[in-house]
Amino acid sequence: MEAHDFETGHKPTWCPGCGNYGIWQSLKNAFVKLNTSQEEIVVVYGIGCHGNMANFLNVYGVGSLHGRSIPVACGVKMANHRLKVVVIVGDGDTYGEGVNHLLSAARGNHDITVIVHNNEIYGLTTGQASPTSEKGTKTKSTPLGVIEEPLNPLATAIISGASFVSRGFAGDTDALRDLICAGIEHSGFSLIDVLQPCLTFEKVHNFDFLREKIYKLEKAEKDKEAAIKKTFEWSEKIPVGVFYQEEKPAFTDQLPQLKEDTLVEKPLKDIKIDELLKEFI
Amino acid sequence: MVALLQNPFKANGRKIKINDLNLKIGGEAGFGIMASGLIFAKAVNRAGLSTFGYVEYPSLVRGGHNTYQIKVTSKPYFAPEKQVDLLIALNKNTVDVDGANLGPFSGVIFNDEEFKLESSEFEKKNVFLYPVPLEKIATEVGGGKLVVNTVALGAALALVGLDFQYLSSVLTNTFRQKGEQVVNLNIKSARGGYDYVREKYADHFSFKLEKLDGPPKFVMSGNEAIALGAIAAGCKMYVSYPMTPSSSILHYLADHQLKADMIVKHCADEIEAIDMAIGGSFAGVRTAVGTSGGGFALMAESYGLAGILETPLVVINVQRPGPATGMPTWTGQPDLDFVMYAGQDEFPKIIIAPGDPAGAFYGTAQAFNLAAEYQTTVMILSDKFLGESIYGTEEFDTNKIKIEEGGILSESELLNTENYKRYEFTETGVSPRSLPGQKSGKYVANSYEHDEFGFVSEDPDNRVSMMTKRMKKLVTASNGLPGPTLYGEVEAKITLVGWGSSKGPILKALDLLKQEGISANFLHFVYISPFPIEATAKILSSAKKTLICEGNYTGQLARLIREKTGIEIKRGLLKFDGRPFYPEEIAKAAKEAV
Ligand SMILES: Cc1ncc(C[n+]2csc(CCOP(=O)(O)OP(=O)(O)O)c2C)c(N)n1
Ligand SMILES: [Mg+2]
Repeated sequence: MEAHDFETGHKPTWCPGCGNYGIWQSLKNAFVKLNTSQEEIVVVYGIGCHGNMANFLNVYGVGSLHGRSIPVACGVKMANHRLKVVVIVGDGDTYGEGVNHLLSAARGNHDITVIVHNNEIYGLTTGQASPTSEKGTKTKSTPLGVIEEPLNPLATAIISGASFVSRGFAGDTDALRDLICAGIEHSGFSLIDVLQPCLTFEKVHNFDFLREKIYKLEKAEKDKEAAIKKTFEWSEKIPVGVFYQEEKPAFTDQLPQLKEDTLVEKPLKDIKIDELLKEFI
Repeated sequence: MVALLQNPFKANGRKIKINDLNLKIGGEAGFGIMASGLIFAKAVNRAGLSTFGYVEYPSLVRGGHNTYQIKVTSKPYFAPEKQVDLLIALNKNTVDVDGANLGPFSGVIFNDEEFKLESSEFEKKNVFLYPVPLEKIATEVGGGKLVVNTVALGAALALVGLDFQYLSSVLTNTFRQKGEQVVNLNIKSARGGYDYVREKYADHFSFKLEKLDGPPKFVMSGNEAIALGAIAAGCKMYVSYPMTPSSSILHYLADHQLKADMIVKHCADEIEAIDMAIGGSFAGVRTAVGTSGGGFALMAESYGLAGILETPLVVINVQRPGPATGMPTWTGQPDLDFVMYAGQDEFPKIIIAPGDPAGAFYGTAQAFNLAAEYQTTVMILSDKFLGESIYGTEEFDTNKIKIEEGGILSESELLNTENYKRYEFTETGVSPRSLPGQKSGKYVANSYEHDEFGFVSEDPDNRVSMMTKRMKKLVTASNGLPGPTLYGEVEAKITLVGWGSSKGPILKALDLLKQEGISANFLHFVYISPFPIEATAKILSSAKKTLICEGNYTGQLARLIREKTGIEIKRGLLKFDGRPFYPEEIAKAAKEAV
């Protein structure tokens, strides 16, 4: 398998220079590196510029609703836990519209890999503030400046029970590929928050700005408090890499129903309910 | 002394009434009223009698007034009745609330050590008091307050003259899981009440129950029938967020998930529930979600998602009065409009509104087949009345359930398909489906309007073809689905029209009308979308007079019938007080109309 095997032939519609190209590239390369076949992967996409990847990536996919990709992905995994399930979503998508799903999927340690294209803006809807826009940011929807403090997604994931919490950078595709591989190989809920420059609507956090500030974390913390502390580092220096990792059983590992086979393999023939009916006499 | 009284029927030269009893148990919430009602119903069911149990309770865990009424008959009678023949009053409030509904020669079982009733007052109305020291007996057997209701059940069984074994065997089954001690305690409690009444009021009561022979019946709620239908149809994933009156489906399935070899998940909210179900369905598992109107309102966006992705999905809506939180523990049929038109734009929706547990069981099983076959949403539209009432129902025949998997291609078929198109334009509107994991079946199930492969497309011609393809599925489906059922004679003075759970009360109203020499029939709608236009028009255009009975303010089915057929039903019995239909009020409205 090569990277182009994971392309549909539909040309990407992203703006020239968009960080989404780097994420797409890294994801395809990760699939190649993991030696996976196209049919064992399901990618669930949110709605936003990021979600347009649904047309470019040659695997089974679900283009879901704005904010609702995570529960769809959990459902796919519960139905067939042999599939590798990846979620391609935006910051507006996952940290705003559907943030409750982030919390519950992390709490359940569902074995999915959530890649957030975090451009600190709503790209597709032409540049409104997102939950990660910095306080004071002036956008079309916030001409007087954002009043809210930005969400700290990594800390939020850690306190919610996520077992793999990381940050990547769309401008370093090799490192991002490896991070995605690590996220997919990790059994349990993986969050990869990707710094994704949007050249059209968010001029501050551009490639040069980020390249100058980021540094690579040596190794993942095993202590939640220490990891959370690291996530607040966001000014002179911006850490990327795995902040926190923990081995614990994933959601589907804890279902006795799935010990022998996947849910989708369960036979539908000759289902008997006679035993159950006895309760009703 | 009461015991010295002669039997009132005998005294008046009348016969004792056999196998026709309306019993009501009332008390404070938290004192086992629900459990007692079910146990009594099962006991008489074991004696071969037919039962129907209707429960009323406020949205409280403790306090408030709870009642369970059980109609016992020799033939099925699935309707509540206002007039009470035997009242078990576990508190004074029960008598205050239901005293006025006590019929001639009826009786009241109560604890005269807790509150006093003036027997002469009651006897004026031919109502007889049967005081039983419920708490004293409960304490003597070592159970205390917790088993007072069981003592009362024993007392009631003795009063109606049924053998004790029917009750003791149900108690054994009910409490077996809690251990032998609990079983014995309950049997002793019931025996205490039973013996007390046998000694003191033997043969006094005017209503008697006698054992009948017949095929075994099951005492079951509509919600349980839906749950069993889902299991029998191979539902392997049920995802829900608790909401009265749908929660007992979740509870039943959660409790039996290992036996049924399925996953039952209580999600963080209804949006998560339906999206998880859509994910499961995309991956090839038969899935369902269950909720009530408010929860379904949250699901509406994803209802449309299932529609455009063409993933099969069964949605169960057990209605209650709204809007918003409304009246959680009461009944109504207020959501027909809402579910017909829920979601963005238009997509094919199948809606089934069963009328009783058998309909709910087979209808739910069929819903999974229809969802798979037409790759769209199928709703089971029930309500609190059907969902939480208990019915003595005939045995279900699982051989009648044939699982149709719908057009899922095998891997070899996929390998032989060049240029596989998941959303291919077809005659029927149904396109070949593949499942993730299968070779050569890759596609994107796209929330955006898409081409035959699933890729986003805003081309106007493609849009028209794709929209037409989806909507065609409803036309295809309509060919295979039954029209409304006409009960009663074809030639009648008046045709009653209703849908879903009002079936039992309306059928009973037909009997009442017949007794009064009024010929009436009943057109019952179960399959509401796709709407059976021709069958409806044929029957209603020749009806002499029509009367719609619906549990909502505006007559939603009547409007739908008018929209689809142009036929206007001018008379309506519309109920939106949270209470079910009573046969008497239906008969009265029909009489006024003819
Ligand atoms: C329920 C709903 N609300 C609003 C929208 C409109 N909408 C589409 S994408 C989007 C924001 C996208 O922002 P983000 O998730 O950050 O994605 P990006 O475009 O930046 O990749 C909005 C508000 C929608 N499609 N659905
Ligand atoms: Mg964004």
